[in-house]
Amino acid sequence: MALELKIEGIDAGYGAVRALHGISLSINEKETVALLGTNGNGKSTLMKCVMGMVRPTQGSITLSGVDLTKLSTEEIVNLGVAMVPEGRRLFPKLTVEENLLLGAFRPLARKEIKSNLDFSYEAFPVLKERRRQLAGSMSGGQQQMLAIARALMSAPKLLLVDEPSVGLAPILVSHTITKIKELKEKYGLTVLMAEQNFHQAIRIADRGYIIVHGEIRFQGDVKALEQNELVKSYYLGT
Amino acid sequence: MRFWIGALLLAIAAGALAVSGVNEYFFFAAYVVITYIVLATAWNILGGYAGYVNFGTPAFFGSGAYAAVVLFQALGAPLVVQIAAGTAMGAALGFGVGVMTLRLRGIFFAIATVAVVFIMETLMINWRYVGGATGLQLQRPEVMAPFATYARMLFFVMTVMAIAAVGIARYIQTSWVGRGLRAVRDSEEAAEANGVPTLKLKLIACVVSGGLMGAAGAPMPMYLSFIEPASTFSLNYAIGALAAPMIGGTIHWLGPVIGAIVLASLQQIVTVTISGEMNVLVVGVLLVLFVVLAPDGILGLFKRWLKSSSR
Repeated sequence: MALELKIEGIDAGYGAVRALHGISLSINEKETVALLGTNGNGKSTLMKCVMGMVRPTQGSITLSGVDLTKLSTEEIVNLGVAMVPEGRRLFPKLTVEENLLLGAFRPLARKEIKSNLDFSYEAFPVLKERRRQLAGSMSGGQQQMLAIARALMSAPKLLLVDEPSVGLAPILVSHTITKIKELKEKYGLTVLMAEQNFHQAIRIADRGYIIVHGEIRFQGDVKALEQNELVKSYYLGT
Repeated sequence: MRFWIGALLLAIAAGALAVSGVNEYFFFAAYVVITYIVLATAWNILGGYAGYVNFGTPAFFGSGAYAAVVLFQALGAPLVVQIAAGTAMGAALGFGVGVMTLRLRGIFFAIATVAVVFIMETLMINWRYVGGATGLQLQRPEVMAPFATYARMLFFVMTVMAIAAVGIARYIQTSWVGRGLRAVRDSEEAAEANGVPTLKLKLIACVVSGGLMGAAGAPMPMYLSFIEPASTFSLNYAIGALAAPMIGGTIHWLGPVIGAIVLASLQQIVTVTISGEMNVLVVGVLLVLFVVLAPDGILGLFKRWLKSSSR
């Protein structure tokens, strides 16, 4: 069965604050979908909903027909979903290698831990050089690479990337995006990427959604996005 | 493998010592030191590896002691059965406390564990069968051969228990459980996002830690031939179990062992040479010194020394 993430009409929030209002979104196998929007519009909340870290109060999230809203985060990871969290969220006081090993915590991935580790080092040679170094002592760009490599350790089919550009110099943002593209092509990943940086995001996205104040305000392919008025007013300053 | 050969040799040495002609007082004092090795090792599984500071040591220790007393009173159960019951009781309490409190983080978890101590103590004070507030005098059974006195036998039993406890802590440290717990300590949110089953791991740690603390408490009534709530649930156990890993180092299984030996031995020496009241002061002073000057404990100091001398 082809992989398909389907989000239908979800509401979610934190206590009295509602962050998402009736969001619907779908991603098909091997697609790269960008979730665009500035800070505080609900991109991260949406990602956390998919990972089971925030529970929607309404609506449904299914992955190839399996209801994710009832599953724990570890069960969702078991289904082949991995997230690169915003701000990387590494384990700063553990070594690079320990960080990677923690990405393969699900029992299925633990069996393949050796080959997945080799695979991560192959994709990111710099991490192999620094495998005994504490993760917190690396540069921001390297930490971002480690965060992505760690997510790949669980051999996911669907990769969620939350704001890879946060806190990185422009050149590193570009590197990171290129790397995600490479990985996606090489391993046939399906990617949902939340990003503020419109120009970088559309370099690798097939389609995009614009989220404003917790609602999807526009969706379409990259061409349509570039010509959209909302995008122009929000991002391009015209 | 080397670890287990060392452990076996240590157990044999302890056995030989227990049947030798060494002064009786040595066993009396060593018993307390070894109890602290078990408590510190147990504490470190949750407090050191996972970073969940537990002030509830006396609750687990005491429930193990009382489980042993109940079995001894009701059935005249032998020491081994008492220890098994203490372990089960401590583990069960660990599970219960864990389910209720492990969702709390940081200081809130620590406060909740203090409450458990008072709850357990109050329960025991009001339970007549085990002596209530006044306590209960216990008649020790005959000592088993080849040991000449009860203290000697307890010394040997506690040594074996300590070896088992350290073996378990060492296994946890090197296995995927330990890796997950370290992730929890470093960043619980990131661990969760990676699919590390944080609550399950913390529960495992809490159950194992509680079980070992219960085991450590089980022989205590036989050691004293007496039990009463105030001293059994004394917060001194909480402080000692926490201070020893801090002083020795929390990252490695060896840390709590070194810390407990240093701290508890020093306390025993101070009790004898200066005064019984002063020994609590020793803990305080050492704890402050280490937290300020050597936050990674004796192991951390040793590591730094190794690094600087290899340069």
